[in-house]
Amino acid sequence: MSTTATTARTARTAAPVPPLRRRPVPSARVLLHAVLITCAVAWMVPLLWAVYTSLRPYEETAVKGYVSWPDTLNFDNYVTAWTQAELPKYFVNSLIIAIPAVVLVLFLSAMAAFVLARFSFRFNIPMLMFFTAANLLPQQVIITPLYRMFLSLGLYNTQLGIILINVAFQMGFCVFVLSNFMKALPDELGEAAQVDGAGIWRQFFQVILPLTRPAMAALGTLQFAWIYNDFFWALVLLRDGDAMPVTSALNNLKGAFFTDNNLVAAGAVMIAIPTIALFIVLQKHFVAGLTLGSNK
Amino acid sequence: MSQTNTARPPATRRIRRHSTGDRVALAVMLGVPTLVVMGLVWGPAMASVFLSFTRWNGVTPIEFIGLQNYQQIVTIYPPFWPALRNNVIWLAVLALIATPLGLLLAVVLDKQLRATRFYQGVFYLPVVLSLALVGFIWTLIYSQDQGLINQLSGANVNWLGDPDINLGAVLVAAAWRHVGYIMVLYLAGLKGVDPSIKEAAQIDGANQVQTFFQVVFPTLKPINIVVLVVTVIEGLRAFDIVYIINKGTNGLELLSVLITNNIIGEASRIGFGSAIAVILLVISLGFIISYLWQTFRKDAR
Amino acid sequence: MAPRFDPRMSGAPLSPRPLGLGRHASVPVSRRAVLGGGLGLSVMAALSACGGGGSGAAAGDGTGAITLGSNQSDAVPKAAYQKIVDAFIEASGSEVGVNTVDHNTFQEQINSYLQGDPDDVFTWFAGYRMRFFADQGLAGDISSVWENIGGNFNESFKEASTGSDGKQYFVPVSYYPWAVFYRKSVFEENGYSVPTTLDEYIELAEGMKSDGLTPIGFADKGGWEAMGTFDILNMRINGYDFHTRLLAGEESWETDPVKEVFNTWARLLPYHQEGALGRDWQEAAQGLLQKKSGTYLLGMFVSQQFQDAEGGEALEDLDFFTFPEVNPEHGTDSIDAPIDGFMMSAQTQNAGTAKALLEFLGTPEAQKVNTDADKGLVAPVNGMDTSGYTALQQKASEVVGEAAHIAQFLDRDTRPDFASTVMIPSLQAFIREPGNIDSVLADIEAQKKAIFAG
Repeated sequence: MSTTATTARTARTAAPVPPLRRRPVPSARVLLHAVLITCAVAWMVPLLWAVYTSLRPYEETAVKGYVSWPDTLNFDNYVTAWTQAELPKYFVNSLIIAIPAVVLVLFLSAMAAFVLARFSFRFNIPMLMFFTAANLLPQQVIITPLYRMFLSLGLYNTQLGIILINVAFQMGFCVFVLSNFMKALPDELGEAAQVDGAGIWRQFFQVILPLTRPAMAALGTLQFAWIYNDFFWALVLLRDGDAMPVTSALNNLKGAFFTDNNLVAAGAVMIAIPTIALFIVLQKHFVAGLTLGSNK
Repeated sequence: MSQTNTARPPATRRIRRHSTGDRVALAVMLGVPTLVVMGLVWGPAMASVFLSFTRWNGVTPIEFIGLQNYQQIVTIYPPFWPALRNNVIWLAVLALIATPLGLLLAVVLDKQLRATRFYQGVFYLPVVLSLALVGFIWTLIYSQDQGLINQLSGANVNWLGDPDINLGAVLVAAAWRHVGYIMVLYLAGLKGVDPSIKEAAQIDGANQVQTFFQVVFPTLKPINIVVLVVTVIEGLRAFDIVYIINKGTNGLELLSVLITNNIIGEASRIGFGSAIAVILLVISLGFIISYLWQTFRKDAR
Repeated sequence: MAPRFDPRMSGAPLSPRPLGLGRHASVPVSRRAVLGGGLGLSVMAALSACGGGGSGAAAGDGTGAITLGSNQSDAVPKAAYQKIVDAFIEASGSEVGVNTVDHNTFQEQINSYLQGDPDDVFTWFAGYRMRFFADQGLAGDISSVWENIGGNFNESFKEASTGSDGKQYFVPVSYYPWAVFYRKSVFEENGYSVPTTLDEYIELAEGMKSDGLTPIGFADKGGWEAMGTFDILNMRINGYDFHTRLLAGEESWETDPVKEVFNTWARLLPYHQEGALGRDWQEAAQGLLQKKSGTYLLGMFVSQQFQDAEGGEALEDLDFFTFPEVNPEHGTDSIDAPIDGFMMSAQTQNAGTAKALLEFLGTPEAQKVNTDADKGLVAPVNGMDTSGYTALQQKASEVVGEAAHIAQFLDRDTRPDFASTVMIPSLQAFIREPGNIDSVLADIEAQKKAIFAG
């Protein structure tokens, strides 16, 4: 796939596909919809079940069973889970880690991608491979030395350490996506800037970076979700439960909630809400972020 | 390596034309990210290889023991082979069941269809959840005493506790998330397929299935590669979901869990854990390198 | 209803741990109230005694501010520790900060904790686990403290606090027994009596089965719970000395005595609750509470699940007996009773303050604060006013006192890497397929050789 196809194709996603000449008979359509609706409902069952369970009092489900019509629906489990499991603290930790990590990884990746995409030197391809492959490794492959390294550098048990490893680990994907995107930008942009006597920094900040905004938005959304969703780094590299982001704190919460599935459900729903909300509001960016990476 | 304006290739500029200041800027812009990735990803990956030949508990001096860790892993460490087998099963289920399902959904939803955006949203929704949370949510379905399945069917199956079936149960949850991911990737790919080739094939009398496999699918090759890589990586990386469910024991052993169990906690069998990590690294690199080769080959020319 | 929410129950711990009882039983943390008692005086005594006793420690013997690392993150024991520390602060004028970490996390990360930046005084376990770190030079010698508090403890506790070099590294603060728990009302209603031999136990189990009860509650999802069953069977069948040698890597696992343990266990398994590998111990405890299970072998922290149930009456209905005799040669002379306490970091710059605090922790006054708050624990110190004990605590104290040998629990009596990476999967493999004893034991032995060689 040539790199210029990236933008062309992204642009085309919005364009309607011309209708096929032979339309299927309506009854087939109806059947298709019936199947799809069935599948969609089945797909939603785990989440809907969690929501339903979370709204019912433990005492009621203990007597009537979980598969039963509700007498009472309320948010008591949410209040309990929110306060007893100290969820607000963990949510704040997630933000403290995810926001700087996203900003940092986007900024650093944009710089690297800018150099790799807009300038030609002998190591373009190897460098791109160097970055991309780093993102594809399983996390456990590097954890042992990383753990020892963090211990000796004083990064162990710090949120800064978690930010840094997230940045390093996600960088590969971002460099890959952004360099594809930047390669597709017209070449004349840089030339014009150079004729104007603009240095590299100005070219980067004033010409290329603003044009990269759509890709940055998409990547930012996706990266936020991924870093928010990361479970492993904090699990191993943080000691204090108080510093844990909410996804890793799940490991503790599970024990805490154990006998009470209603509380488990309420906790699960609350932890899912940020990414689901993000997805609903920024669906376009989510999908664009993923497909930017795959359109290579 | 021409330095003249006229001879340079259209898409790139040569670095040598730049002033010293600019070259320093370029070096910094590429150098800092490189150092970060080198220091925090590749450095540790290489250190894992070194540590895998040693015995070390993190306190006493490091002792070099050659291949002994590897030898012990494959001979006297009972969880290793089940873990490897589980990883393979995990990969196979994602690749042979979840991925085709994702493709099927993408093909169906790529049509001019009422509410296709809604369906896409529904199937994509699990992808935005963390795997840890997926494990958490599915325990509500599988729980023996309080779970949906047993309560609905009246059965008393220990879905997550019975080592003969818990891997299958967990894989349903993992596939639930994976299908949506694959669907989105293929949807993007299908959008890029020129509709006229489909029409041309249909005018030639091909039915929809033939059209897809003979005309459309081959044009999706780049996406297929991405999908394959995503699937393999997800299969090798699997960790969160089993760790949340039972810390990866009792039928849910995975290589990633064995590594973690050996290096954190009081155990601190650092050399031993590293050796398992290297085995996982080698398997991963095999796939990664072939992917990079496929992807960057054309650019390199 | 039992406490449904306890962050300290998080995840799967490697080891049994004492759990805070009574979330509703609050601990008054007023310093004045504390000082009204004998605490202040004890601190004074501890401080003055320590002044001269300090033998040359590796690190600084300063008397500056220190921190105490605690794994008691539950409200009640946390408050109890704070109360003890406050009393010490008030009397000594030293500065002591308390850093509390989730129990499970503390344990999993102890290695990096001790090598990184540990607190001056930190909570840990007696026995092998203490020696493991003392041998690596990560714990500070506190023999001088023992010169002053030695008289407060029986020899067995001093032994459990002594490192391989003969010096003391640990001050015991609490312990709890592993035993067979049951509800008195269930035994009364059904006319059961406490078994004293294995045959009687099996007979009782048969009776329970026909009465529709699960004879023996069982859970091993965390992997460590079943270690309690292995320990007691091995000590009953082969005796404490063999048990110790086996766990120290000095005996082969592929021998008849060990096979006999697993064969006996296999005989008992049909009376155990099924599906143990998918069950948390709390769920198994709920089975006992709800009178679905007749007996349950666990640490005394099982009482945590009974604390708030049935308006507090469930706790009074809870009783236990020590696991019955199997081999007359050893009778019931041994028991698992893990001891928790405190150690000093080798890195501390203020060993003076740290030792004074440790000495204070070894006094009856300090330990009473702890056992008053946490009804799942017993104090090891002699001369303590035990009027505040529940019947369960009283009995625990007696039963452990009568035992000739006290083991610390499998994962505290052997190398941690062996316990976690070998014993957990192996015991689970046995429970899954009890017919596989020979191959399970062969696997354990091969790995034991590899690990203990290092």
